[in-house]
Amino acid sequence: MKLTEIMKLTEAELLCGDAESQDYKNAFSSDLMSDVLTNEADEAFLITGLVNVQAIRTAEMADISCILFVRDKEIPPNMIRLAEESDITLLRTKHTMFWVCGVLYQAGIVSVY
Amino acid sequence: MNFEYTVSGDDYSLAGRASSDIKKKLKQLGIPATVIKKTAISMYEAEINMVIHADGGIIKVTLDPRHIRIILKDTGPGIPDLELAMQEGWSTASEEARELGFGAGMGLMNIQRNSDGLHIDTVVGEGTTVTIVLNMED
Repeated sequence: MKLTEIMKLTEAELLCGDAESQDYKNAFSSDLMSDVLTNEADEAFLITGLVNVQAIRTAEMADISCILFVRDKEIPPNMIRLAEESDITLLRTKHTMFWVCGVLYQAGIVSVY
Repeated sequence: MNFEYTVSGDDYSLAGRASSDIKKKLKQLGIPATVIKKTAISMYEAEINMVIHADGGIIKVTLDPRHIRIILKDTGPGIPDLELAMQEGWSTASEEARELGFGAGMGLMNIQRNSDGLHIDTVVGEGTTVTIVLNMED
């Protein structure tokens, strides 16, 4: 599914990166970064409510190229800067993680495991 | 080829910078992507451990044609019961570490799962040296 379609379904806004050229079949949702680091899928995006620099670092290490932050959290400029440096697209939605996962699952995005 | 990093324990937001730098260097050297991902994840988990448990330390990374060797040395409190620390789910991490998304007792298991060798030398009150080895070929 095109990332632009994912944004439309989850009512997400683009904070940085390029949404036009990305396509995803899988997603992984967690606030626990060690859990994210066990993710072996390369073409998955991360849905999280964890807002700190380590969310970006974790995505960088796990080859995750897009993070969708839930619950309308404020994303500080240093996180956006680091994401840009690491070529990671950041999105934000006002909805809860449960709502986002439900909508995306219904639309055909599947779990990594 | 050798690289050395001093990891600060003062600022949690800086944790992971050494791992990020090594990941970029391995990419430039044309190392296979699967080996880079395993190296980055192993080193990052160990670097996070060093920051949240030992107030930082020194990381040395050595590359030879067959292996990537990562040695993380700290002068922190040491690990009183290594067998217990290796059990998934066991952790002594602070609330601050948990707020970062770590401290669930998964780090050492993640390192073990991603690396081709893990050795931990630890003395209570003196510090810990973690050695991680990865094979260059997947």
